[in-house]
Amino acid sequence: MTVAASKLTLGPVLYNWPAEKKRDFYFRIADEAPVNVVYIGEVTCSKRAPFFSPYIPEVCERLEQAGKEVVLSSLALIMTARERNELRALTSESPWQTEANDLSAINLLRGEKHVVGPFVNVYNEGTLEYFYRAGATRVVLNCELPSASISELGKAAKGRELEVQVYGRLPLALSARCYHARFHNLSKDGCQYVCELDPDGMDVRTLDDTAFLAVNGTQTMSYTVNSLLSELETLKNFGITHFRIWPHNTDMVEIARIFRDTLDGHDDRENFQRLLRKTKSIAPLSNGFFHATEGFRMVE
Amino acid sequence: MELVCPAGTPSALKAALEAGADVVYVGFRDETNARNFPGLNFNPEELKLALAEAHSLGRQIYVAINTYPQAGNLSPWHRAVDIAADLGVDAVILADIGLLDYATRRYPHLRRHLSVQASASNPETIDFFQTTFGVQRVVLPRVLTVREIKALIEKIEVDTEVFAFGGMCVMAEGRCSLSSYVTGKSPNINGICSPPSHVDYEQKGRKLISKLGEFTINSYSDGESAGYPTLCKGRFFGQGVEPSYLFEEPTSLNVMTLLPDLIESGVKALKIEGRQRGKAYVTQVVSSYRRAIDAVLKGGPVPESDLGSITEGARSTTGAYRKSWR
Repeated sequence: MTVAASKLTLGPVLYNWPAEKKRDFYFRIADEAPVNVVYIGEVTCSKRAPFFSPYIPEVCERLEQAGKEVVLSSLALIMTARERNELRALTSESPWQTEANDLSAINLLRGEKHVVGPFVNVYNEGTLEYFYRAGATRVVLNCELPSASISELGKAAKGRELEVQVYGRLPLALSARCYHARFHNLSKDGCQYVCELDPDGMDVRTLDDTAFLAVNGTQTMSYTVNSLLSELETLKNFGITHFRIWPHNTDMVEIARIFRDTLDGHDDRENFQRLLRKTKSIAPLSNGFFHATEGFRMVE
Repeated sequence: MELVCPAGTPSALKAALEAGADVVYVGFRDETNARNFPGLNFNPEELKLALAEAHSLGRQIYVAINTYPQAGNLSPWHRAVDIAADLGVDAVILADIGLLDYATRRYPHLRRHLSVQASASNPETIDFFQTTFGVQRVVLPRVLTVREIKALIEKIEVDTEVFAFGGMCVMAEGRCSLSSYVTGKSPNINGICSPPSHVDYEQKGRKLISKLGEFTINSYSDGESAGYPTLCKGRFFGQGVEPSYLFEEPTSLNVMTLLPDLIESGVKALKIEGRQRGKAYVTQVVSSYRRAIDAVLKGGPVPESDLGSITEGARSTTGAYRKSWR
C-alpha cells in the first residue's frame, strides 16, 4: 500500500474577525501558506455569518487558483429557523464540499460526499464506519481523544481520510448562550458583536489569577494552545492523513510552514522553538488530551 | 404526561416508585452511563429485581447506556445493550451512533430513546435518528425555550422528553470537553463531569476555597454556604477586575411554574435529573412533581411545593425554558 503524502489543513476561523481582515488573511494563505485544504465558514455563531458571506466566492476562487482544496464548514449548534434555512442552502447550493459540524448537516448530505467535522462525536470505530458508509470522504476527530483511541480509529480507517487537530486553542464546549455578551452585560440578541474585541478569544482566569479557559462567544476554548508538533510522526504511523491547524491572530503562514516542514520529516526541535516564539503572544502550548491526561498539560 | 425519575440505588428506585414515578431510569455500574459515580448504579441482578418490582406495579424501567464507547473496546457497551435487551427493559437510552447501529441491527424490537448526550436540537437531527435508527423518543437538550420546544414538536414525529428538575448543563450536552481539559475525566468517555475524586476544599484565612484539580472554582466567606465545584459554575475573571459567574450561577433547574405550558406544548415526558442523589431527594422531588402534574392535568393551578432546600446552591431557575438571557 502506498501512503499518500500527509495533508496540512487550515480549519475555519473560529473567532469574530472583521470581514476584510478575514478576506486578506485568506488571500495571504492562498499566496503563501503551504496548506492543502482550507475550511471556510462560520462555525461558532450564526449572527456573525452575514458579514463575511459576500467575500466567500472571491476567497474560494483565489484559494482554488492557488491549488488549495476548499471545504465550507457548517455551523456547529443549529437551533433557529434561520440557521436551519442557511444550512439547507449550504448543503444544497454550494459548489464546494461541506464540512458537517452537526448531525442535521449529515442528514441533509446523506449519500453525498462530505467531511464530518470535529463538532460531531466520533469516539469509536462503529461510529466512524457508519459515517464513511453514509458518504463521508473524511472525518475530523474530536479534540479530547487520547492517542490509544486515535490509533484504533486510524487502523479502522483503513487508508480512508482521517484528520486530527494539531495546532490552536481547542474548541471545548458549545452553548446556546453567549458568554461574551454575558460578560459585557448584554443580551445575546443585543450583543453588539463584542466578541470582535478578542481575536483569539477572551482569557478567563480563576480567583487566584491562574489562566483557565478562553471565551469565544458561544464557544468555550482551551486557554492553552494545543500542539501535536512533536507527535506528528506518531500520528502519521497511526494512519492519520490530514493535520489541522486552527487560525489564530499570529503569523499563520509561518505556523503552516513549521508544520509542513515537520510533516516532511525535518528536525522538529528547532521547529518547536519556532512554534513557541510564534505562539507565546497567545498562550503556552499543551498536548495533554493526546497523552491521556488533563488537556491543559504539556507532556514533554 | 409521563414522569421519568432517577435511581442510582435499589432503595432510591423503591422510593421513586412509592412517590409516584411512571418510569425509573437507571444505569449499569460502569463507564457505560453518564452518572458513573463510585458506589452507584445497578448490576444485572439488581436490574432484574428492579424490573420485576416496577412491572408488578405497572411501571417501567429505562436503562441509560449513554456514554461514547471507547475505540478498540466496544464490548462493555455492547454487553450492556445485550443485558438490557435480555432482561426485557422497557427502553434503552443511547447517544453514540455506533452503539445505536449495533442495538438497531441486533435487537430491532428493543425500544430506543435518544439521550440528551446526543444533543439533538433541531428537526433535521431528530429526523436523522428516527429514520436511521428507529428512535422513538428524544430527550431534548436543555438549550431550548418552551416556545422553541413547541415549534419543534410540531415538526417531528417522535415523542419528546424534557428535563424538569435537577442539575443543569449550560453547555450543549455531549459536546463538552471542559471536564477532561481540567481533570482528564470526561462525561462522554468516563461518564463523569467535575469528578469528586478531583474536588478539594481549602481553608485560607477566613475564606473557604473550592477547587477542581489544580484550579480554584470558587471562594466563600464565613457563613456563605459552599457549593460543589462544578467547573462551569464557578466565579472567574474575564478582562475586568471583578470576578463573576462567567458561565452560569450555581443554580438548579426547576420548571414547576412552567408545567402548564410544557403540558400544553405536547411534551410526552418530564425527566428528573439526579441518579447520583439520595433517597430523600428522590422522594421529595418525585412526590412534588407527581402532585403538580396530577393537579395541572385536572385543570387546577400548580400547587405550592418547597424544593428550594434541595436545589444546588439552594437556588433554582427555569433555565433556557424561559428566555431571559437572550
